[in-house]
Amino acid sequence: MSNQTPIRESRVSRTAVMALMFLLAIYFLLPIYFLIVAATKPQGDLASTFGLAFSHFDLFKNLGTLFSRSDGIFGRWALNSVIYAVLGAAVGTLISALCGYALAKFKFRGREFLFSVILGGVLVPTTALALPLFLLFSATGIVNTYLAVFLPSIVSPFGVYLARIFTAAAVPEEILESARLDGAGEFRTFFSVALKLLTPSLVTIFLFQFVGIWNNFFLPMVMLQKESLFPITLGLYEWNGQTARVSLLQESVITGALISIVPVIIVFILLQRFWRTGLASGSIK
Amino acid sequence: MTDIATRGTRVVATTGGRSRHNGGGPRAGTIIAFLIPFFLPFVLFYLVPIAYAIGQSFLVVRRTGGQYGTSYTTFGGFDQYVQVFQNTEFWNSIGRIGLFGIVQVPVMLFVALIMALLLDTPLLKLKAFFRIAAFMPYAVPGVIAAIMWSFLYSPQLSPVVDVLKAIGLQPDFLGPGAVLWSAANVSTWLWTGYNMLIMFSALQAIPQELYEAAKLDGASNWAIAWKIKVPIIAPSIILTTVFSIIGTLQLYGEPAVLRQISSNISSTFTPNMLAYAVASGNNYQQAAAISVVIAVVTFVLSFGFMRLTSKRAGL
Repeated sequence: MSNQTPIRESRVSRTAVMALMFLLAIYFLLPIYFLIVAATKPQGDLASTFGLAFSHFDLFKNLGTLFSRSDGIFGRWALNSVIYAVLGAAVGTLISALCGYALAKFKFRGREFLFSVILGGVLVPTTALALPLFLLFSATGIVNTYLAVFLPSIVSPFGVYLARIFTAAAVPEEILESARLDGAGEFRTFFSVALKLLTPSLVTIFLFQFVGIWNNFFLPMVMLQKESLFPITLGLYEWNGQTARVSLLQESVITGALISIVPVIIVFILLQRFWRTGLASGSIK
Repeated sequence: MTDIATRGTRVVATTGGRSRHNGGGPRAGTIIAFLIPFFLPFVLFYLVPIAYAIGQSFLVVRRTGGQYGTSYTTFGGFDQYVQVFQNTEFWNSIGRIGLFGIVQVPVMLFVALIMALLLDTPLLKLKAFFRIAAFMPYAVPGVIAAIMWSFLYSPQLSPVVDVLKAIGLQPDFLGPGAVLWSAANVSTWLWTGYNMLIMFSALQAIPQELYEAAKLDGASNWAIAWKIKVPIIAPSIILTTVFSIIGTLQLYGEPAVLRQISSNISSTFTPNMLAYAVASGNNYQQAAAISVVIAVVTFVLSFGFMRLTSKRAGL
């Protein structure tokens, strides 16, 4: 795919480049490899055996302990993370797509102003929003409920930005015109024509928002006190603070951490191409 | 060179999308129906909290008649801000995060750029593997990453510490001097691959013909990388820098996890941790003022950086 150059690079520089990249790859993979090894060990072996070598294979026992601890609270956290991230990203993607589509395809006064407000929103540090949101939500009684985490999560200015540039690139005016001539209303045109053309872009927007919500920690920490509403990140954080007092909890934190990253890593590898389109369009701004 | 770069941005500007010949366009009601599902929550959960925080930051709680009197909230002008700027904890946290950012952001982006450039040369094999390996940490939540690394820093569990001890070193990743850099390492680990992919995607979008002329002139791969590729992807490098600045100023979860295993991280280690600690003490007005200051600093730095670099690069 790339340049077959006549310039001959010396074998030395090839080797040096490969060595450098391998070192970096080890750096990126080492913590994950360590986690996999540690998740298979009995608690007693964590400190007494070398961290990068397998000892007793206790993975299934560790999983059993993890999921039965405190009446199966970990399964609840995992489910909560899925609910927040899947539902939040699905709703978020739909509203971003509607808004980005309108900003790309409809002419109206104030359009550029609205778009710059949204772009400004991309730069707002979301953690700065969490504390005032907490106060507003406690006044309305939403604090410490699913909604307290779900509602703010659906808003993604970056998603609208992506939806606008994707729409401009992927939805030709002529197709919309012919749908309109056939008498389709704007919503019908959007749902039956534009959405199909936008599907790959919507997957990209969904993925970014999904990861954003899945990884979020500060917002749920501020909003939630009830353990049964925690996402995985917050639950494991709490457990991690108690490892000194609760026996065998450390092993559960390790196994839980592994469980929490495996599904996302698999989704990542399967959906690689969507990441690259998203990151490419992020970079042309 | 600047010519190419400007052309790149202009292409994007024209895809901004405007419909000509659509005979008046849809009715206002329809447009609003498209916009409202996003703008309603955007206003409620973005703009209102910002306005509310700004409003709160201008209030103070006063008491009538000494310590046992009733408290009431009243307009206090810039009192809260004066307190923020007189707070040594605040300046310490800003100093820490400033040092963190000045070192961590350039190191991370430099590594990301080198990786992106190498992935874009024919020198390298196994490209897909390296790309995935670098991007994988992005799938790991920051808090989980910090938990993973805290095991690798822990003197009891860490294989890294074991290895370093075997060759005669005495590493203390959680010591008073080192812990800031241990936190920086977690951020570097998390975000290098993400930034690398943004730069790599920009490199992939450069038409190959641009290099042909340079190659005919006998330019080395090295010269092509630094004199042609890097200037063209300057907008991506600026973008990743801005995102990194925003991320650094928001740091909370990673240092909070390291705090669970190291006494060298205080509850006010980063500005955001300070804001949370103050809010936990029920001083919401002061916490609001700190949040506003963090947001303003973030805006000024990211906009300032964009202005500065885009002028310099002639974009």
